[in-house]
Amino acid sequence: MPIHDLEKTFLDKIEREIKIEPRDWMPDAYRKNLVRQISQHAHSEIVGMLPEGNWITRAPSLKRKAILIAKAQDEAGHGLYLYSATETLGTSREETINDLHSGKAKYSSIFNYPTLCWADIGAIGWLVDGAAIINQVMLCRTSYGPYARAMVRICREESFHQRQGFEILLVLSRGSDEQKAMCQDALNRWWWPSLMMFGPRDSDSTHSDQSMKWKIKRMSNDELRQKFIDMIAEQVKVLGMTLPDPDLKWNAERKHYDFGEIDWAEFWNVVKGNGPCNKQRIEARTKAWDEGAWVREAAVAYAEKRKEKQPQTPKGALEAA
Amino acid sequence: MKKDLISYTIHLADSALILGHRNSEWCGHGPVLEQDIAITNISLDLIGQARNFYQYAAQLTGNNTTEDTLAYLRDAREFKNCLLTELPNGDWAVTVLRQFFFSAYQYLLYQQLQHSSDTQLAAIAEKSLKEVTYHLRWSSEWVIRLGDGTSESRQRILNAIEDLWMFTGELFKPADYEIEATAKGFGVNAELLKNDWLQNIKAIFEEATLPVPDENAWMQTGGKTGSHTEHLGFILADMQFLQRTYPGCEW
Repeated sequence: MPIHDLEKTFLDKIEREIKIEPRDWMPDAYRKNLVRQISQHAHSEIVGMLPEGNWITRAPSLKRKAILIAKAQDEAGHGLYLYSATETLGTSREETINDLHSGKAKYSSIFNYPTLCWADIGAIGWLVDGAAIINQVMLCRTSYGPYARAMVRICREESFHQRQGFEILLVLSRGSDEQKAMCQDALNRWWWPSLMMFGPRDSDSTHSDQSMKWKIKRMSNDELRQKFIDMIAEQVKVLGMTLPDPDLKWNAERKHYDFGEIDWAEFWNVVKGNGPCNKQRIEARTKAWDEGAWVREAAVAYAEKRKEKQPQTPKGALEAA
Repeated sequence: MKKDLISYTIHLADSALILGHRNSEWCGHGPVLEQDIAITNISLDLIGQARNFYQYAAQLTGNNTTEDTLAYLRDAREFKNCLLTELPNGDWAVTVLRQFFFSAYQYLLYQQLQHSSDTQLAAIAEKSLKEVTYHLRWSSEWVIRLGDGTSESRQRILNAIEDLWMFTGELFKPADYEIEATAKGFGVNAELLKNDWLQNIKAIFEEATLPVPDENAWMQTGGKTGSHTEHLGFILADMQFLQRTYPGCEW
């Protein structure tokens, strides 16, 4: 079939809300755009384990510890589904991970901020996972089938994460003066970075236009951000805490909250690698990968030996272990 | 009777918690994503077992004792975990071998303990046995894979055996409260587990083409009675920091 016919079929499917599947023809730019977005999303799950993992050994009760470990484990699982979705587009997990380590691929900048106190774990659950959910609920309807299906599974778990984050903060907000201060401090530090999670303003977003046309994205950065602000501005009242924005107020005409100006200089700097933890996060991931090389090699070598002994060994080297 | 039951239960809890703590340090740093999930999962199981034992011990103790006061407000000298569980993670070989040695022991222990005259201990053991069966399979497979993998993995697992072997004897050397527990019918005679444990180690090492160390080698002891390695203090400093810094708070 000539290319323009293939493209017509593709666009027709998009138009009629039929999911694009791995074997379908798709424009190279669509594929490239998806690989960029899905791998970025996968990396965010994996790098996101680090700031939370920072508090696993110090979690203040056994129940909180167990919940936090389970949450980090969920994130590793999300990373797996998403790396698999990238593989359906012809990019191997190893290539994708190499791009993360080399700095070519990005991940959500929010994880370049440090977790300094226990309340940060609550703030990450409530604000960061809350922002992620808003984005991901939209992505359940994204045009690429494997990505949309991964998102449905992920969303189910993320809403549990957000609730546990809010609950951590709720307990702190009703606790001692020091706990209340901890809670407010965490909100002060995480509020603006979580607004930045939705990306640049629509007018400055390079990938948005085409992504919307292809229905990879279904709402704009600014729309999603507004939705998040409207939700959090209400929920914060339950905590009896404040959000660090003097301009935040209900606008009855717009039926939305107005909010102050985001520090875009900070946003772009963290994206470029100048956040407080960019270097530390990539170093931690690279170290885990490099130090794991001999383990992966051993698993492959052993599987090969087994194959020679018994021609039909059903297990994969690493996955089955 | 009650004092021995409490000590025995806390001993079981402490070993599970401390090994769970060590494994949780891998979270986000594993050699490959699937294994990061697996080791974290084992950590979660062990902490879950510890919670069940602590909750029972707390109930027996009374006086507003909770699982958290037991885990967070005792000092190192009161911890009764086996030394093996508190040793640093080292590389992947040390971690999987430590898990293998301990799971092989826990597997036999819980198999017996599920028939304990104490129904609560029996119930926790029965529930935990399913988890430990998986831990044992997983860690056995890794020992085999590393022993019979590359020359590097083989050297690393040999080094791990060298480092860990002297901490295995303690598993089978009962503390006073274990002797009492056995006598009174609610505990397991750890000494009697040793033979089966060794057989299992030998079978897996053979498949892994690894030499079995001398079973009569000198063994370290003390963990069960509160004489620990230098490592435990740091584990507790980390784990207990919030509870100690802000006493009496809810979290």
